[in-house]
Amino acid sequence: MFEEMTVEFILGHLNYWFFILLMMTGLYVVIAKGNLVKKIVGLNIFQTSVFMLYISTGKVEGGTAPIFPMDMKIDPEMIYSNPLPHVLILTAIVVGIATTSLGLALIIRIREEYHTIEEHEIAEQETKISLAELNGDQLISGGNS
Amino acid sequence: MASATSSEPVHHIALTLSDQLPALQVLIPFVAAPLMVFIGVRSLAWPIAFLASLASLVISVLLLQRVIGGSEISYHMGGWAPPLGIEYRVDAANAFVLLLISAISSVVLAYARGSLKAEVPEKNHTLFYALYLLCLTGLLGVVITGDAFNVFVFLEISSLSTYVLIAQGSYRDKRALTASYNYLIMGTIGATFFVIGIGFLYMATGTLNMADLAERISEQRDSRTIRAAFAFIVVGIGLKAAIYPLHLWLPNAYTYAPSPVSAFLAGTATKMAIYVLLRFMFTVFQPEFLADIKILEAVIIPFALIAMFAASISAFYQRDIKRMLAHSSVAQLGYMLLGIGFFSHTGLTATIIHLFNHGITKAALFMGAGCFVFAVGATSYEKLKGLGKTMPWTSAAMVIGGMSLVGIPGTAGFVSKWVLVQAAFENGWWGFAFLIVLSSIIAVAYVWRMIETLYLSAPTEGVTAKEAPLSMLIPLCLMALSTIYFGFATDITLSASKAAASGLLSGSSGLH
Repeated sequence: MFEEMTVEFILGHLNYWFFILLMMTGLYVVIAKGNLVKKIVGLNIFQTSVFMLYISTGKVEGGTAPIFPMDMKIDPEMIYSNPLPHVLILTAIVVGIATTSLGLALIIRIREEYHTIEEHEIAEQETKISLAELNGDQLISGGNS
Repeated sequence: MASATSSEPVHHIALTLSDQLPALQVLIPFVAAPLMVFIGVRSLAWPIAFLASLASLVISVLLLQRVIGGSEISYHMGGWAPPLGIEYRVDAANAFVLLLISAISSVVLAYARGSLKAEVPEKNHTLFYALYLLCLTGLLGVVITGDAFNVFVFLEISSLSTYVLIAQGSYRDKRALTASYNYLIMGTIGATFFVIGIGFLYMATGTLNMADLAERISEQRDSRTIRAAFAFIVVGIGLKAAIYPLHLWLPNAYTYAPSPVSAFLAGTATKMAIYVLLRFMFTVFQPEFLADIKILEAVIIPFALIAMFAASISAFYQRDIKRMLAHSSVAQLGYMLLGIGFFSHTGLTATIIHLFNHGITKAALFMGAGCFVFAVGATSYEKLKGLGKTMPWTSAAMVIGGMSLVGIPGTAGFVSKWVLVQAAFENGWWGFAFLIVLSSIIAVAYVWRMIETLYLSAPTEGVTAKEAPLSMLIPLCLMALSTIYFGFATDITLSASKAAASGLLSGSSGLH
């Protein structure tokens, strides 16, 4: 597959390289960061990269915005960009906003209950709860796990 | 326009009510959800939700009746003809899943009225039912639509409402919040992967209509874009379906969600995702493509086997009944994947019938767990000891559900495992039949642990239990009895599953 990797290939697919870069950045942030808000930021970058991918594919070389003139006299020579990816992404943006706001709302509730938004501190508290449950069980039954 | 089907799709433009059934299927819960919030009277929320869900159930029965013979209904949203317009396409496969979703939703709603009072404060109830209906809308929409991008939109409608519903469990245990948050992160990654896949498909084919996609994909099967699209779609939906290594969100989400939500999700959400997987694998990408890229041997079958054993074993070691059921769900999803892996008509029939049978079984079991929450406020085995005497009806329903989980003859679970073993024999894969039986023995172990706790242990001191109220018991017993009913009256589910499998394979020439 590497024989295709010429300069033209790389430059000609610039939008895809940026898409991959943004996508990986986003995914990395989601996975590597322990702060719940930062995870949401990463998720946003990840989603935005997909929006960029869609929108860039709608571009037609030399094409303009797909709006008909007022008098509806359409020039057959005129080249238009493909509007469908934009429409799809409008929907996806709405979904993304809903996800972000819901995620942030959940973080507020988590902070109220756990008094922290750091993943490892939350995990520590949850381990304590599970251990307390386990020990409570063993006190009664005397059994092992 | 469509791939080869057994009969010409019927086009509906006329404005009679019966022709609008596919749209009404999704619209009724979708409109009822905001309606009850606008009305704002708490006592009306549950009746509206229940009526809307019942209406969906009636519509799905009517739709299944029309398509079970092998025909298809193609409904053009807003009168715009596909492939430009959005098409709702109903065949036996999705009509059957629609029936499963709306039936479980209705029974669980009947049950939710009592159960919710014990688990969620009154002020949240109206919004809870509204979200429940939105979740139902999303699930039904994903299943009925014939447009690939529409699947994503409905997927997110159901997912977003699911996250909120799970978080409602925080009034009982605060870990529901982190469970919901983790599910949000993973679910969004999954859905976004799915969109990337759809984007690649659109780039390669220039269409989003599934039937249209199928035609154009088969022309350029070797394209790297198409293969990348397939990988993204399978991983994205795999996250939603909790396919084995992608299942990490599931145990916590099911354990800490309010009991009606656990019952509803366990019965429908992963089943919806498995359906989407089937639809994309067999209708959009076609079986020949699957054979080309060898995904079944390399990915689906190994992970199905790991799920069957690893998740069953971890289910055995759980000390909480809801968590045990959640792990067993992952294991049972392994059977459905194995059915896909057999790559035959019988194998697909097994997947679809298990999808239905396991849906009702798990819904019954989680409803039973909810009755325990109502009675003793906990689901750990320690608190449930000896409840067989004080809560005879709930415990009996749990035993029936457990037997169906194992696959004891006379229960629904047996029928699906029988078909699955048959599919293994058909392929001449004797070892797989043996593995299916072996993993069922592990299921015996974890179900026995539950039965032992309920019946053979002395009650824990200080735990007093009373049987759950009738409003919860009747739906629970109905669901438990239906697992027995479908264990004997197999012709309904079997013929629907066979028709569904034929429908999924109708586009291909190589498989029958």
